[in-house]
Amino acid sequence: MTRIINKVNKLMHTSINAITDQINSIILGKNRQIRLAVACLLARGHLLIEDVPGVGKTTLAHAIATCLGLKFQRIQFTSDLLPADILGVSVYNRDSGRFEFHPGPVFTNVVLADEVNRATPRAQSALLEAMEENQVTTEGETRPLPQPFFVIATQNPSHQIGTFPLPESQLDRFLMRLELGYPDAQAERALLNGSDRRALLAGLKPHIGPDDLAQMQREVQEVHASPALLDYLQALLNHTRQSPEFAHGLSPRAGLALLQGARAWAYMDGRKMVLPEDLQAVMPAVVAHRLAAAGSNSSNASGAQLAEQLLQQVAIP
Amino acid sequence: MAQRPITLNERPIVAREAYGLAAGFMLASAAHLLRLPLWLGALISVVVFWRLYLAHRNLTSPGKWLLGLVAFAAAGGILIEYRTLLGRDAGVALLVVMLALKLLETRTLRDGILLGFLGFFLLVTNFLFSQTITTALYMLGCAWLLIVVLIGMQFTGTWPGWRQPARRAALLLVQALPLMLVLFLLFPRIQGPLWGLPQDSHAGLSGLSDNMSPGSLNSLILSDAVAFRAEFRGRIPEASALYWRGPVLWDYDGRTWTAPRFVFNATDLPAGEPVVEYTVTVEPHNKRWLFALEMPMQRPPRAVATRDMQLLSTTPVRSRMRYNMTSQLQATYGADDSENVLNRALQLPQGFNPRALKHAQQLRQKYRDNRQLIDAVLNDFRNENFVYTLSPPLLGEHAVDEFLFDTRRGFCEHYASAFTVLMRAAGIPARVVTGYQGGQVNPVSDYILIRQADAHAWTEVWIAGTGWIRVDPTAAVSPARVERGIASALPRSDELPMFVRGDFELLQRMRLTWDSVTYTWNQWVLGYNPERQRQFLANLGFSDATWQKLAVLLFVFAGLAVLTGALFAFRDLRGARNDIVRAAYDRFCRKLARGGLPRHPSEGPLVYARRASQWKPEAAPAIETITQRYVTLRYGTGASEQDARELERSVSRFAV
Repeated sequence: MTRIINKVNKLMHTSINAITDQINSIILGKNRQIRLAVACLLARGHLLIEDVPGVGKTTLAHAIATCLGLKFQRIQFTSDLLPADILGVSVYNRDSGRFEFHPGPVFTNVVLADEVNRATPRAQSALLEAMEENQVTTEGETRPLPQPFFVIATQNPSHQIGTFPLPESQLDRFLMRLELGYPDAQAERALLNGSDRRALLAGLKPHIGPDDLAQMQREVQEVHASPALLDYLQALLNHTRQSPEFAHGLSPRAGLALLQGARAWAYMDGRKMVLPEDLQAVMPAVVAHRLAAAGSNSSNASGAQLAEQLLQQVAIP
Repeated sequence: MAQRPITLNERPIVAREAYGLAAGFMLASAAHLLRLPLWLGALISVVVFWRLYLAHRNLTSPGKWLLGLVAFAAAGGILIEYRTLLGRDAGVALLVVMLALKLLETRTLRDGILLGFLGFFLLVTNFLFSQTITTALYMLGCAWLLIVVLIGMQFTGTWPGWRQPARRAALLLVQALPLMLVLFLLFPRIQGPLWGLPQDSHAGLSGLSDNMSPGSLNSLILSDAVAFRAEFRGRIPEASALYWRGPVLWDYDGRTWTAPRFVFNATDLPAGEPVVEYTVTVEPHNKRWLFALEMPMQRPPRAVATRDMQLLSTTPVRSRMRYNMTSQLQATYGADDSENVLNRALQLPQGFNPRALKHAQQLRQKYRDNRQLIDAVLNDFRNENFVYTLSPPLLGEHAVDEFLFDTRRGFCEHYASAFTVLMRAAGIPARVVTGYQGGQVNPVSDYILIRQADAHAWTEVWIAGTGWIRVDPTAAVSPARVERGIASALPRSDELPMFVRGDFELLQRMRLTWDSVTYTWNQWVLGYNPERQRQFLANLGFSDATWQKLAVLLFVFAGLAVLTGALFAFRDLRGARNDIVRAAYDRFCRKLARGGLPRHPSEGPLVYARRASQWKPEAAPAIETITQRYVTLRYGTGASEQDARELERSVSRFAV
């Protein structure tokens, strides 16, 4: 089903495929997650990757930044990390006799906030404010962040010791949450056989520049969402609000996130219109961290299971 | 995780639903409450307010024993009040009380829905009392409210407010319209009124009776109720020619004129060229007279004409009746009446009105010729200071004497009575004829409206060689009464129903417009009887429709009507074009499902197409084409009608 009418800009489409292919060559067997991560970026959302250490979270973030020709900074979150370590500090310059602002690592295109749940809520919120506002205010002065600005936060599963799990309100600010998971046997064998990932990363070449990315993001906004599709989206949202299985319904922000994600997914598929399949494809990644099962016993379904149920239960109108 | 859905019996009524039910019940029984005895109305109001209080405070209904007690007491009260539990009035009273108690008892959704439906039953009983257009509109409003309440009880999620069920109920009513029309027009009709009314519903009908005593017409003249309406083919004759013949009174006992108890033989009606043709629609008056202009030339169906030219229906007129008539305004008849008959028209009671008898003797000696004598009496009436008034002084034992020689104030019944007595005393056979005179032309739809206020009495005398001729002494006293109607003939001070006088121009006009609407309603809705139905069907091209044919027609048209309504509802759900697209795609999915590959409701079109293509590789190109067209039409932009039709075509061609 590739011969779909209403093709998008062919050149852009090709470069996206090239980008995902290249990232695929570094992180093996995770095609779906990689595409979702790129879709998240195209939808101007931020990404949360939640998994145990060592499955390639950092590598993925780095690879995306490199392939898209974006500046990349990494912040390792620790329990003693301070907001200034993220945002930057003003230092007195003896020569000019003035305070000069030294921008922190957040002033870049792609920020990898590694192990975000290890830091204190105070440091976490500094980053999350920046994500929400696309600007940083320190010492009474507001400084815009470079565009595009994309945060990939990684998180260890919260039941690990010594973590400050992100509260629900903060989780809501991430457009998607992904779990990379262990590679399958075949991919793992290829990984073990292959060369060092870091060397491969260093060899990556950018495929597009920041201007191209900005144009793609604009084009994603223009992908058509028909009334019929919005009916389906609203049916999904209403179901979470009315069915007794859910502790609480999806927020309007979640609805917007779903639509944005679906647009980006359709765009990556080379279409200028959103189909129900696009919504379904991004659904688990977008809503899993926003849903909770009703009742308080721990045997309840996880967010991902709930998202799956939701898709099964709501008919496409 | 799956919970057992709660049943209707477990789901309690919430306050909003209780309010709705109470409102629906109150509105549906409002018209009844005005007719019920006061204590019953009070009881019902108390019960309803009790229910509202319970809903407001969120309390449960009172116990069964208390309700039972109240129900028993109410039934007892009705039995005492009406002396029966059956019949229209008592039956309706019982129904209203029991429904009120049911409202009080309503605890669960099941009760609520039941009550909502019973409300329709209550509503229909209104037709037992009145079938006017106002009643119909009122009942339509009630039905709408009941539907709103019923829809309101179906919501499970968040309550959207009353506006949404209100709109939906209105829409349902509109959608039911075609079906209603088909049922009305085609359902086999039975002869008789729309509703078989119980016996007690005919009390209180007013109209002319078979006797006339001083003051009896008076009460009739003060009523502006409609007696009948007449629609003429061609010009309406002048008012002074409009004598609508009713009961003919022969026998006089000194005070009261009465119609003979025996029925005169049927007679031949005058023949010849008809002068006026018209249709009379007579309101029920529970007597047998049918009114026609003097002299009728034909009998209405199921009616006889007596020798003294009364038209009598075979049964009392208990429902509105409609008949075509022709009349000859100048006709005389009965020239060959026998001695016996004429003798009866000469009888006077012994010992009454000596002065009148003496006066008649004198006149007889003065005038040999009957016609001259009649003219002389009329001249007396004209010249001797007689006054036409609705409020005459009371008359004593010798009523005619006192009237003729002392008071000289009276209205038609006085004049007709006195004149007839004088005639009989002078040896001229005479009798009193009652009926209506004149009528109000309704300019809105060109028919004549005859009210009870137009009731009139005049005299017939028998002249040898000619037969019976009409003499209206009132016309001699007050020509205006006959030419311009009763309102212009009476002094200002005389009391008359408001609408009979023409004072309020605007009100009068409104009244006439409304009457013409009512007339149309009577003619075409209430008067839609088997004949009219046959006529209507003949116009449609189905002549001599038997009830079997009618049943077939009914089913066909009802099916069509339901289909129209359904289509309308379906179109209403989505835009028209989207509908075609969806319908085509649904057809495609059904075809595949019949082939053994149903689409899961939550399966997107592309995924399904991929699955279908793998399942039937040879059909893959067709599947892909259809899916692409569908997806573009439904989810894309810039698709045209042409594309939609192509989609339909390709789905039609598609076969598994």
